[in-house]
Amino acid sequence: MNNFHYSRAADVADAIRLLAADPDAKLIAGGTNLIDLMKENVERPSGLIDISRLPLRKLEETADGSLRIGALVPNSDLAYHPLIEQRYPLLASAILAGASAQLRNMASVGGNLMQRTRCAYFYDTATPCNKRNPGSGCSAIDGLNRNHAILGTSPSCIATNPSDMSVALAALGALVHVAGPSGERTIALADFHRLPGDKPHLDTNLGTGEIIIAIELPPLGFAQNYSYLKIRDRLSYAFALVSVAAALELEGNAISQARIALGGVAHKPWRSLEAEAALRGQAATADHFSHAADLLLAGATARAHNGFKIELARRAIVRTLTQAANATPQSQAHKKIA
Amino acid sequence: MAQASHQMPERIPVNLVVNGTNRDLDLAPWTTLLDALRDHLGMTGTKKGCDHGQCGACTVLVDGRRVNSCLTLAVMKDGAEITTIEGLAEDATLHPLQQAFIDHDAFQCGYCTPGQICSAAGLLAEGHAKDADEIRELMSGNLCRCGAYPNIVAAIQQAMGRP
Amino acid sequence: MNAYVGTPTSRVDGRAKVTGAAKYAGEFPADGLVHGFVVEATIPRGRIARLDTSAALQVKGVLDVLTHANRPPLAGNDEAWKDEVAPEKGSPFRPLYDDTIKFNGQPIALVVAEEWETAKFAATLVRVEYEPHGFATDLEGERGSAVEFDKPHEPRGDAAGALARAAVRHEADYVIPTEHHNPMELFATTAVWDGDGKLTVYDKTQGVQNVHKFLCGVFDKKPDDIRVVSPYVGGAFGSGLRPQYQVVLATLGALALKRSVRLVLTRQQMYGLGYRPMTIERVALGAKTDGALDAVTHEAIAVTSRYEDFARNDTGWAEQLYSSPNSRFSHKLVQLDVSTPCDMRAPGAASGVCALECAMDELAVALKLDPVELRLKCYSDRDQSENLPYTSKQLRECYARGADAFGWSKRNPAPRSMRDGKELVGWGMATGVWEALQMPVAVRIVLTSNGHAEVSCAASDIGTGTYTIVAQVAADALGLPIENISVKLADSSLPQAPVEGGSWMAASSAHAVLAAAEEVRKELLSLASKMHRSPLADAELTDTVLVDGTIARTNDNSRAVSIADAMRHGNIERIAKEKLNQFDEDKKHARNTHSAVFAEVKVDEELGVIRVSRIVSAVAAGRILNTKTGRSQVMGGVVWGIGMALHEGTVMDHRFGRIMNPNIAEYHIPVNADVRDIDVIFVDEPDAHINKLGIKGLGEIGVVGVPAAIANAVYHATGKRIRRFPITLDKLLD
Repeated sequence: MNNFHYSRAADVADAIRLLAADPDAKLIAGGTNLIDLMKENVERPSGLIDISRLPLRKLEETADGSLRIGALVPNSDLAYHPLIEQRYPLLASAILAGASAQLRNMASVGGNLMQRTRCAYFYDTATPCNKRNPGSGCSAIDGLNRNHAILGTSPSCIATNPSDMSVALAALGALVHVAGPSGERTIALADFHRLPGDKPHLDTNLGTGEIIIAIELPPLGFAQNYSYLKIRDRLSYAFALVSVAAALELEGNAISQARIALGGVAHKPWRSLEAEAALRGQAATADHFSHAADLLLAGATARAHNGFKIELARRAIVRTLTQAANATPQSQAHKKIA
Repeated sequence: MAQASHQMPERIPVNLVVNGTNRDLDLAPWTTLLDALRDHLGMTGTKKGCDHGQCGACTVLVDGRRVNSCLTLAVMKDGAEITTIEGLAEDATLHPLQQAFIDHDAFQCGYCTPGQICSAAGLLAEGHAKDADEIRELMSGNLCRCGAYPNIVAAIQQAMGRP
Repeated sequence: MNAYVGTPTSRVDGRAKVTGAAKYAGEFPADGLVHGFVVEATIPRGRIARLDTSAALQVKGVLDVLTHANRPPLAGNDEAWKDEVAPEKGSPFRPLYDDTIKFNGQPIALVVAEEWETAKFAATLVRVEYEPHGFATDLEGERGSAVEFDKPHEPRGDAAGALARAAVRHEADYVIPTEHHNPMELFATTAVWDGDGKLTVYDKTQGVQNVHKFLCGVFDKKPDDIRVVSPYVGGAFGSGLRPQYQVVLATLGALALKRSVRLVLTRQQMYGLGYRPMTIERVALGAKTDGALDAVTHEAIAVTSRYEDFARNDTGWAEQLYSSPNSRFSHKLVQLDVSTPCDMRAPGAASGVCALECAMDELAVALKLDPVELRLKCYSDRDQSENLPYTSKQLRECYARGADAFGWSKRNPAPRSMRDGKELVGWGMATGVWEALQMPVAVRIVLTSNGHAEVSCAASDIGTGTYTIVAQVAADALGLPIENISVKLADSSLPQAPVEGGSWMAASSAHAVLAAAEEVRKELLSLASKMHRSPLADAELTDTVLVDGTIARTNDNSRAVSIADAMRHGNIERIAKEKLNQFDEDKKHARNTHSAVFAEVKVDEELGVIRVSRIVSAVAAGRILNTKTGRSQVMGGVVWGIGMALHEGTVMDHRFGRIMNPNIAEYHIPVNADVRDIDVIFVDEPDAHINKLGIKGLGEIGVVGVPAAIANAVYHATGKRIRRFPITLDKLLD
């Protein structure tokens, strides 16, 4: 780890002040990803601003029926919170599909949104990586890219976002509340993470000096027809090859609302409004699910080792939508895939 | 590289309540809870297996919750109650999980064992595991290279009082 | 003498391990202890052009940065660097010896500082410039440069002709990737400076005396100058057989600074140590229509380094196991710019038998024969390579008991014929085989008049249960409750033992305990027989036994003298005896353990997700000293087999010659959720030839055969034959 100075923010305003005073410092809450990257010398912040004690740990129902989740609520508390289990079980399931019980106890909701990629070249400081060292080149494009993105890639970067929680949040249409030197603003989760483009060192659209203070879930929780299916190289405690968050509103067998988000395939949770629109008004059948999968995966491109992800994602989308339609969501503990 | 970066970071006073005992330390901000326990307090029962949150050998309870101490900065836990493997037994009487691990031969080399047991203690306190599949899933953050998993599950079931 | 041997005795070191009291190599305290951190090379081949340590040295708390340019002396001859497990051919790696880079991850500097974090930070400030050389790290790309290792065994008959004539034949390549041991404990050494150039070295090793001799050679020390201690080892699986570089560097640091130095490698750095070499295993089988094998050939092409030829017995199992008149075997090596491979649990067999047993399954399919049936057709009561009978071989019984417990008779032989909802169900099986080796070991027993005994030996317990079986055998042989036995292991100053490996330590240490206990009994008899009106006055040693704290007549335990009385009479407080046990050479028998492994997998038909739902492993390994720890050992081997089959593989980017998954997040080993029902059956296998107690050892046999059984089950489930391991789901998707 590099040398850094440590400060503890007294409140949100203090955190913003401290961050403004040292733009090379980073905020730390759970630390599960940042400390890992600092130990690898990938992240070398000049300072750490401890926000773990800020009063951002509440879950509040708002007047319009939304749910506002403080940015410092630990992942496990969120997953097991009765309001989440009852109203947003898709989110609970996705969180429990990620990491380990210990890490979920530590990791904050806001920190989870800030997770960086698991690309091996990003982690290996002896190899070129545009995300870690802008302009140095992408080693993955012509290298070992079995775990890499098939959608939304750029000639600069084919890394994926590793979060499970964010995939469910994308499907649920969450909002991210942030605060910064020029006040508070709201970013739709769909716009929170970026595609790599020619600036792959930027994972998110969080502005300089901004801090996540809350996540807001809209009233519609898709609590009846949902599923989160994560496909990985071992049955637990591994990053997704492909994951699918599916949420449906059904009237009889007809789909009135559909949400689908993919993990493990892009630099951000991947949604297709077109695919979701195509499902609206249709019967919940495999054919329609398959068509939605085609639309979601339109433009998917394979590199030398990740071509399987396209077909895997296609099948996983259909399967997860079927689970959602049948109200047989995937259990994260019982490994047989429903 | 700037000369400043060669300076050692400032020491920060940190108070930890480790297994019920107040411990006052002066630590660099980069000292993890794991290194504070092992190197600064000489409590080596908590193990370092990867130092990156990938194996669970460093699991301890912080304010009753299981966490990876390797990814926890000690300064951030100022004032917290830490329970380690050394704090589970009551005098000469082993914690039911410790006894169950012996009874079921739930370890071989023993290196992951303190983390497994602390993790299992956290699991029992959380109360979310109701069957063997749920124990397996919620213990998957603790790797055991000797492959004692079935015995670990059996030991936890014994401590839970479930068949 | 049978109160403890053969019973499910709980580990005697259990309490130390569940309370955190057990201390491992990197945990021993020392006054003024300082900490090392290694700087590694980031290229696979070349030389160090410039190494600038000035910035690191400026960091407050940094004491020194040792490099090839400023280090204390190291031995300059290969003999000093050759430990007892080193390959015969080659020149062992010497850390910080010169400016040559032989592999990525090679240590090139050691930063020593007052605190570990300081050393780690300062290590990032060491600047290196390289003169890179051309390199190669890709086995498959360099397959053409493979060279025969040593002389192959004489072929039997005419394998090529028999294969050409075979009614049914099968030939294929099976590719086993490089695998890393990843013991949970990080490699660590605490070199404690005892003053005057003397050191006590706490090291993570499977052989303290091997390390001791090695350090004495490398640092030109007298045996009394260095003591190597390793009471607990947090797993090793072969990675601790050879002294690893951290023990050299910690010792070097301590000698340079005249202070105690601790060096703990990072998980990432451990990928610069040894590994199971990637191997291309080409197996060809020819059979008559009834399934009788007519020809077997097995060629292994494996990775080694450019500086040592490491090879293990991959092909000998095919040579030995099945009856076949014609056979040919060869083992070739490709030298690459990597570190030298090393033994990893069931070295050779885990890979070679995997290929053989997958090939046998493919042959069974071609013959339309049940896989168990085929193996029974080719069953051999003699070791085929040496044409010798076995000391014992209950493999037939393993097949029967395993098949019965598994329910094999209900198997529908057609692939894709069994299902459970959306999952295809596959049942596969394979044979496992390993050697039953035994080595000279010496044990010291100190029996005190209060009926307590200390049993000591330099052997290691790497989780295998040596402490426990030594205590069991000693308790029985000395006629004492196990609570009265204390066992001391893994100190180089204790009686002689080889490295702990190859499954030889159970038999070797147990018989050494018996031999030392007999010396104790001899002494007790000599004391007791001289007592006034001794009930043992005319007893021969062979007529006596130690039982319930007495020395007694074997045929009448009531005619006895208590240990306390005998010692009081002799006016002594303790009897101390040390005995080296050597096994008689038996060239008339082959010595092996065997297993039959049955696996059930469930494969999601659409998504390819594989679950190993149950495994039955029926093992014939002679007498089982401890059914509890023995079962655990086999179970652990099965978990390793699951990893080999489905998860494990070290991935290298050959453009950089760098390992790209040097961690345990992306180098996948099985987690708890990957492991379900494992049924271990010990088949009764009395063995009157192998050794007195009939012990064969269990450390390796558990893993052998498991990867093939799972691969064969995946084939049975899906109809897809995956010959490139691990079997990840992407390979099942098309």
